[in-house]
Amino acid sequence: MARYRLPPTNRRHPRNAGLSRRRLSAWLEQHREIALETLRRMLRQPLATLMTVAAVAIALALPTALVVVLDNLKALGGDWQRSAAISVFLEQERDEAEGAQLSERIAQRPEVAAVALVSRADGLAEFRAYSGLGSALDQLTENPLPVVLELQLHPSALEPARLTPFLTAIEAMPEVAFLREDAQWAQRFQAILALLRAGVVLLALLLGLGVLLVVGNTIRLEIENRRDEIQIMSLVGATNGFARRRFLYSGAWYGLLGGILAWLLVTLMVWLLAGQAASLADLYHRSFALRGLGLTEVAILLAGSVLLGIVGSWIAVGRHLDLSGDL
Amino acid sequence: MIRFEHVNKRYPERGDALKDLSFELAAGEMAFLTGHSGAGKSTLLKLIGLVERLTRGRILVDGRSLGELPRRHIPDHRRSIGMIFQDHRLLNDRTVYDNVALPLVVAGMPKREVGRRVRAALDQVGLLALERAQPIALSGGEQQRVGIARAVVARPPIILADEPTGNLDPDLSSEIYVLFERFHELGVTFLIATHDQERVSRMAHRILRLHQGRLVADSGNW
Repeated sequence: MARYRLPPTNRRHPRNAGLSRRRLSAWLEQHREIALETLRRMLRQPLATLMTVAAVAIALALPTALVVVLDNLKALGGDWQRSAAISVFLEQERDEAEGAQLSERIAQRPEVAAVALVSRADGLAEFRAYSGLGSALDQLTENPLPVVLELQLHPSALEPARLTPFLTAIEAMPEVAFLREDAQWAQRFQAILALLRAGVVLLALLLGLGVLLVVGNTIRLEIENRRDEIQIMSLVGATNGFARRRFLYSGAWYGLLGGILAWLLVTLMVWLLAGQAASLADLYHRSFALRGLGLTEVAILLAGSVLLGIVGSWIAVGRHLDLSGDL
Repeated sequence: MIRFEHVNKRYPERGDALKDLSFELAAGEMAFLTGHSGAGKSTLLKLIGLVERLTRGRILVDGRSLGELPRRHIPDHRRSIGMIFQDHRLLNDRTVYDNVALPLVVAGMPKREVGRRVRAALDQVGLLALERAQPIALSGGEQQRVGIARAVVARPPIILADEPTGNLDPDLSSEIYVLFERFHELGVTFLIATHDQERVSRMAHRILRLHQGRLVADSGNW
């Protein structure tokens, strides 16, 4: 039996005590214990925990999914931008030989990177393949399609100041019936993307606030439910920090689990949509694979969700937990 | 060790709970605090444990003046006092071991040392075999012994007990008092509030009698 001894002078405040290595390792051990104990406590009430985690996950998944969508649209837009093409439709009566002459002239202009000539026969074959009107087209006695020149422009020529005069000049050529430009469309697309991106940032801020409230409210309830326990801890000499730490860990866990679930939800969404995206890309003759979350984005998502969880519980703890007052 | 100088405690709703109270308890002394319920026994213990603050006067515990003790020093002060309650105040969702370990864990003691100290304390109250049990599964007497183990585990120089045997039958009460005597012999200062006048008069210790917030009798140092 251990002999009962009086403790050494207990008056030194821990804050003034030097952090010896032994103390430090005890401190780390205590943090690990609290982290695991908090997690075990949460898992003992799986349904309540799942509800909070799911609420956090959905709030996080929405902006994350939009970021994925934007990333993909941006990749797609870049693709279009690079291939920003202008289709030059010749007058109906102009034949392939005249088209070839015109193509040589146009190719000499500095804005133009490449010119491809689509003959009437090629045009019809392509139309037959993608329009689904195969047998109906057989009824035609002659090919109604004009000769088409497809121009690839240098990216620098896409600025409106250079593009507009260039297009006017081409359109004024006597062989040309009309133009169809993808380039301008690509520019508008970029502007829309920028707008969407700003919207996603705002939405993310709003939903981040939602996460704070969800976690904060859960922690507030937890503090209410554990008043007795907090009081007993206080009576045996627990500091505010000691009691608060476990609630902060709770918040961090809610954030982390919510972040992981959000990641899974978004990955599932990408996986479900990948097939459809591929067939859509096929329609546009483009090879395009839907991208999921990159490693950096996952790291940002998880770090952000943990931070939101901690801040949410910090707010609740700051408002509802104080051991140093009267009990 | 504990010194009261003209202490007043006033509750806004109930008026004065303690009036002009003065006494001194020497280090290693054991004393009983008696009186009817409402006489101020619990209030007096709460003032020593800084569960409540005094209104007027001065309380010195181990040289510290409690009236001027900053809030951030309250946890340290409480660690130097073991408290025992009538309703045990145990955490029912934790094992006996975890309950007894609480004061040490709260003080940041390394795990291995916690184990050694908790087992020593449980051994002293005769509950070593029940360390894995949940408090709710124990009898009232056993629960109170868990409470006592928790109060002594950090080896505080002062132990306060508020009606420690209030819910126990005479035989179990006797066991508890035997334990108290043993810790007292090891040099702990003990202050026990009880209305069990008969038992108190049989034990050879100092008796402080409160009536309506005033000290009406003090049997003096033994």
